[in-house]
Amino acid sequence: MSEVKFSKEHEWIKLEGEVATIGITKHATEMLGDIVFAELPEKGSKIEKDGTAGVVESTKAASDVYTPLSGEVIDTNQKIVDDPAKINEDPEDTAWFFKLKLKDKSEMDTLMNKEEYDKFAKESSS
Amino acid sequence: MKETSLINLHKSNGAKLVEFAGYYMPIQYPDGILKEHRFTRTKSGIFDVSHMGQLFIYGDDMLTKDLEKIFPIDLQNLKINQSKYSFLMNENGGIFDDLIITKISKGYMIILNAACKINDYKILKEKLNDSYKLELKENLSLIAIQGPGAKNILGKIIPETTNLKFMHGGDFNYNNFNIYVTRSGYTGEDGFEISIPNEIAEDFTKILLKNGSKLIGLGARDTLRLEAGLCLYGNDLDTETTPIEANLKWAISKKRIDDQYPGSEVIKKQFFSGVKKLRVGIKPDIKVIARANTKIYNDDNKEIGKITSGSFGPSVEYPISMGYIDNNYSSIDTKIFLEIRGKKIAANVCKLPFYQKNYLKEI
Repeated sequence: MSEVKFSKEHEWIKLEGEVATIGITKHATEMLGDIVFAELPEKGSKIEKDGTAGVVESTKAASDVYTPLSGEVIDTNQKIVDDPAKINEDPEDTAWFFKLKLKDKSEMDTLMNKEEYDKFAKESSS
Repeated sequence: MKETSLINLHKSNGAKLVEFAGYYMPIQYPDGILKEHRFTRTKSGIFDVSHMGQLFIYGDDMLTKDLEKIFPIDLQNLKINQSKYSFLMNENGGIFDDLIITKISKGYMIILNAACKINDYKILKEKLNDSYKLELKENLSLIAIQGPGAKNILGKIIPETTNLKFMHGGDFNYNNFNIYVTRSGYTGEDGFEISIPNEIAEDFTKILLKNGSKLIGLGARDTLRLEAGLCLYGNDLDTETTPIEANLKWAISKKRIDDQYPGSEVIKKQFFSGVKKLRVGIKPDIKVIARANTKIYNDDNKEIGKITSGSFGPSVEYPISMGYIDNNYSSIDTKIFLEIRGKKIAANVCKLPFYQKNYLKEI
């Protein structure tokens, strides 16, 4: 049974065992518009909670991607680098960004559940 | 905040509205910038550009002489219903606005940028000493239809418009209203700009839509003009930049190079002796976008210029930018470096436009 959580920087986090899969939310893609470029962290790199972990560029602007959790990058999704439009098409599933082996699982507690995030997203866009 | 007469149509088509030059304008529709851009290049797109100024100045041959004391173009030889691109400049040749002047039977019609139009009006009124009647029309909308399908769609409504030559216009009758149509635009495609009374602008646009065209937002308008190598006032042109520096020498009349107009001394000098900085096209080696204000360096890490417009080109399918660069580095294929998010990215000076323009050729 996997758990999905959300960050204030509009990332979603799906936890399976010690591994978190991270991507950006549908709400984030709607704000960004058509995404034309994605840069991901390097496989094997260690990243710290709230640090930058990549960049997405839409036709309108560039936007940093943050990591909501600390850990080691064990996989990245080359498919979204090759075809960034996939991020707009299926942001919360096949267009994930990177997978992290978590350093401290308790960091998950700082994140929002779906209901809290939906409320947050609605408030932050109005 | 002002609205154009198409505001309800924008809303009912799901536009995302933003403030632009004091107007609520559509930045994009639900299709998004990429699709809207490509639809315009392959079929046709409708642009509400009613926020732009439509300035009419009424007068005869004397007016032509007086306007030549302001604009660097040959107005004496401009035919009735012919349009030319020009500039309103300050004493240093810096650009107050870039504009399109059309000679009409009663004088001139000038299309001005939305953000500049009030200032332009003041400058022109003062320079013309109140000798002529100037009207910045509030009762007219301006609708552009652009793309390879534009001719057939407009032709279904007003067949005679298909005979217009590039940068020429004329008066046409539509439901007993007079509309003025020019074969022009700002996307690099064949197309038309339609000056039309506010009260019929929405109905007219609905007919264009019914014939298969689509409303396109300012977002795609920006990527279209950038691919076509066209300047955006405020980004690529401003009061600190001359038309020669902007690589728009072709728009300065050589015949009138010895005449007096604001900035004429600077323009004449630059016309013959060259410039220190020049607008060029820039293409990064990798797929990263260099946006406005990105700094440009040479291989000795010396700053040599600045990007003024940059985005992804949806038709050419790579990132594209324009900027001003030290003229020693302006030749095609010069290797340069762009500072993006703290890293130096290799790039090349490249020829403009990025996308080959498809204007109607002179027959």
